[in-house]
Amino acid sequence: MRASILKQGHILIASVQGSMSDADLTQLREQLLHGVRRHRSTGVIVDVTLIDVMDSFAARTLRGISQVVKLLGAQVVIVGIQPDVAFAMVQLGLTLEGTTTALDLEDGLAVLQEQLAEGPAADGQ
Amino acid sequence: MASEIVVPLRSDADVLLARQKARTLAQPLRFSTSELTLIATAISEIARNILTYAGNGTVVLRLAQRGKTRGLTVVARDQGPGIADLNRAMEDGFSTSGGLGLGLPGSKRLMDEFDIVSAPGEGTTITMTKWER
Repeated sequence: MRASILKQGHILIASVQGSMSDADLTQLREQLLHGVRRHRSTGVIVDVTLIDVMDSFAARTLRGISQVVKLLGAQVVIVGIQPDVAFAMVQLGLTLEGTTTALDLEDGLAVLQEQLAEGPAADGQ
Repeated sequence: MASEIVVPLRSDADVLLARQKARTLAQPLRFSTSELTLIATAISEIARNILTYAGNGTVVLRLAQRGKTRGLTVVARDQGPGIADLNRAMEDGFSTSGGLGLGLPGSKRLMDEFDIVSAPGEGTTITMTKWER
């Protein structure tokens, strides 16, 4: 397993441990979905600080994770995309449309707390 | 040191391996970390394309030289079904596999040179190079 998932209150924090294979990413999605249901989480943070390459498969999987978790009623924030990785993503033509991103774990937690304070209804999504 | 590395592609773990080998081979070159990330991302896309469409293939990484400029050349080859319409395959958003359709056009943007040879039933060979600035 290449990602560790930590539960902090109503928030799940998944830290991706470096280069993820396709199977690792798919497994992360399953673990997060399972975790959100079991812990009744209201927020999920996916920390990709250690990811050195974000190709279209990885981006599509992250976007998928974000969409599915949202359907379960939780908010997702992707944090820690490195500047070099972000630059390559833009060149490649990748966007993470529909996903919330933040600089790092600290900012991600702040974003989630803000969103949760507003309540899911206020968001309108 | 070896100036050419051959990475057989059979599973997605080999995609990671090809990326890592490219970083190792390019180490003596004057690439910025940003450029190394661009190269690794292009390799990832192209290698993944091979696994998706052809099932297996090879990635050959080699140091290139043009006058005083050094570079890294990536040759990705498969014996898969080939590409019927190369022009369409190079368009953003065109995919026959349900992907995002960014692999070929995106990789071309990431590298300095990009050449593709393909015909139905004859596989595909992509040669791409990044030069030192």
